[in-house]
Amino acid sequence: MSNPDPQIPQLPSSLSLIQKLGAVALISGLLVAMVYEYTKPMIADNQRVALEAALYNVLPASASSRLTFRLEDDQLTLVPDDTPNEGDLIYAGYDNEHKLVGIALTAAAQGYQDTVKILYAYDPYSSCIKDFVVLKSTETPGFGDKIATDESFLKNFECLDAKVNEDQSALAHAIKTVRHGTKKNPWEIDAIAGATITSNAVGRMLDKSGQFFHPAIAQNLNLLENAQRSTQP
Amino acid sequence: MAEKSPKIDIRTSPYIRRAPTVPEIMRHVVYALLPICAYSVYQFGISALTSMIVTTAAAVGAEHFFCRMAEKRSTIGDFSAVITGLLLALTLPPGFPLWMGAVGGFISIALGKALFGGLGFNVFNPALVGRAFVQAAFPVAITTWTPAFALNRFSEFIPSTLAFPFMTADPTAEWTLNTAIDGFTGATPLALMKFQGVMTDAKDLFLGTVAGSAGEPSSLLILLCGAYLVYKKMLDWRITAAVIFGTFITAGFFHLMNPSQYPSASFMIFSGGLMFAAVFMTTDMVSSPVTPLGIFIIGFLVGFMTVIIRLFGALTEAVMYAILFGNAATPIIESFTQPRIFGARRDKD
Amino acid sequence: MSTPAPKQETPVTLEIFTAGLWKENPIFVMMLGLCPTLAVTNSLANALAMGAATIFVLVGSNALVSGLRHFIPKQIRITTYIIIIATFVTLVDYLIQAISLEMYNALGAFIQLIVVNCLILGRAEAYASKNSFNKSVVSAAGMGVGFTFALACLGSVRELLGSGKLLGFQVFSDNFEPWVVMILPPGGFIVLGSWLILFKWIEQRQTKKIISSDAATHCTVKHNS
Repeated sequence: MSNPDPQIPQLPSSLSLIQKLGAVALISGLLVAMVYEYTKPMIADNQRVALEAALYNVLPASASSRLTFRLEDDQLTLVPDDTPNEGDLIYAGYDNEHKLVGIALTAAAQGYQDTVKILYAYDPYSSCIKDFVVLKSTETPGFGDKIATDESFLKNFECLDAKVNEDQSALAHAIKTVRHGTKKNPWEIDAIAGATITSNAVGRMLDKSGQFFHPAIAQNLNLLENAQRSTQP
Repeated sequence: MAEKSPKIDIRTSPYIRRAPTVPEIMRHVVYALLPICAYSVYQFGISALTSMIVTTAAAVGAEHFFCRMAEKRSTIGDFSAVITGLLLALTLPPGFPLWMGAVGGFISIALGKALFGGLGFNVFNPALVGRAFVQAAFPVAITTWTPAFALNRFSEFIPSTLAFPFMTADPTAEWTLNTAIDGFTGATPLALMKFQGVMTDAKDLFLGTVAGSAGEPSSLLILLCGAYLVYKKMLDWRITAAVIFGTFITAGFFHLMNPSQYPSASFMIFSGGLMFAAVFMTTDMVSSPVTPLGIFIIGFLVGFMTVIIRLFGALTEAVMYAILFGNAATPIIESFTQPRIFGARRDKD
Repeated sequence: MSTPAPKQETPVTLEIFTAGLWKENPIFVMMLGLCPTLAVTNSLANALAMGAATIFVLVGSNALVSGLRHFIPKQIRITTYIIIIATFVTLVDYLIQAISLEMYNALGAFIQLIVVNCLILGRAEAYASKNSFNKSVVSAAGMGVGFTFALACLGSVRELLGSGKLLGFQVFSDNFEPWVVMILPPGGFIVLGSWLILFKWIEQRQTKKIISSDAATHCTVKHNS
């Protein structure tokens, strides 16, 4: 520095600092709001497409229409199809005769790196978890992402037992992941050797989701069955 | 160009006895390794032989390459790279694809040695660095074991050996079925213990008639070769003893707690690569401690970690990680266990 | 505040841009912003997306910081810079979600974490707050491209060895044995270290050449005199 600085730098008044900070924050806020408004429909569209693709894969092929329900305090309420999913939505698929053919539910749990989120099919008649697609996963490629491809792991989901107990308050058997090669009961998931943490996450999320949804589905099965008929007479 | 000054060798007393030079020590270690290599070739056939040749060539080549890059005199003459290559080959499965072995040999020298500044500066045992890398890179190939004493081991390669560079190895299951003497499943004693609760007879382990890495099966031979180095005063037997002691205490403790679940101490000591590692790996002159108490602590730590990882970890073989851990702990343990200089007083703070 | 004496603006030169590419490369020379470098370079596509997002944030925030540099009081400059950077990170977060949800999921939390990428705050503090708008933008673009270049260096090697692909296209035959370690975190460190060694080695050879040629000319001068 060549020009001599004053010994004690003069502190600007707090008010002016706050004003200037406020001005910068205002500019920032404007920018964020503009871009948010601009991208909002695009993001919603992307999410809808992703969900549609996932539902298409999970629900039985005979499902030609579907309804979305929200589960709140053991009560099911019909909501529009584009309701954002906060982990409390039930997607019910119906065939041409308005018969209930399958239910798709979401589940999420902490995996190895980040939250893993899946959409799985639940058959309320056989009480089976049948199939799932990964909605969101940043698991290690080559290990954790095997949950979507490993054949012996997917074999668990030919019919994973998720029955509800007698008084329809919880699952009859908690779903859990067991060490590779030690599966004995239909409600156990045989882990992938080398991807134990992600396999365990799948078990945990299905148990959590099952305990949450399945009893309510069992209680309200009539409502679900007749919903399509009543909406489209 | 600087003028060459006359070379004056300065040594500490006593002056009459000449200390062995680095190449001399290394040469004797190679001599000690040769019987093990020979037995390994006898056990596993030409696949093991080519594996040793390739890893050694890769290690020596890498040593030469990095010396050239650093514009130093090439140090391949001191045999240390040869030892690294041989040690690496002996810790790999006999049917390990050759190109992966070459990668391992190169990485051993590159990451394990050249990075730290060459021989004498490496923190970790180079061969184990290489093995840890290939373990992490090729987890399937490194856990594919083939039986010892296969019938046609001298006439044909194990199918996985000749995998084309960068390509997956051919499966060996069928070959194993066709050539194994009887009922061999390709599982090592440790894997049998871990996943099926089957214990292998201590006699088989001692003589080496089981599956495993190229150099680990026969504990007897390893001990004999180690004894030769101890006799030549080129191996610190205290480290080996401390490792075995650590394993014995830890494994014995668990065995006493629950004999049906945890294997006996003798099984732990003679199975897997523990004996080989205790004799040839932990005693590596550069990366092992020199203070008497430090030797004991590190040796015990390696033995302890080995048992803990074997029993409670996801992997079947644990000696490698235990030793790397021990290597990493060596500097700090050494600084804690400095012997007091005679006559010196301890500082008050 | 006293306004500094008006200075003669030096013109924007190409050098300001190229400094970020090589001589002051943020990763290979300055070693800034290593967290995203190691975390998201397990494939080339991720690396490029991360690079593009960083360029956007870097250029946007440096432009705004530079534009407001006489307005922002010294006492609250860091706070202000962080607000500005966070703004652009939020923007890029929305934009990536709008462009591709898949990419957004692959990059995970690292998009939001650009806000703590020391490269961006570093450039705002060290360059944009002292230089003109044009120069700041050009320099930020150079830095961003250099950053992306480095990410791509890592990403291509890791994807090629780790899964035998490049940008998702199979390079080797189906039989390729993936080097699993390359996609895992240790692979990031190993590849970064290898690139650093390579670049340092090239640099050293160049300086040596220059020194030896200098020495040679000195000798001839001496002889002549």
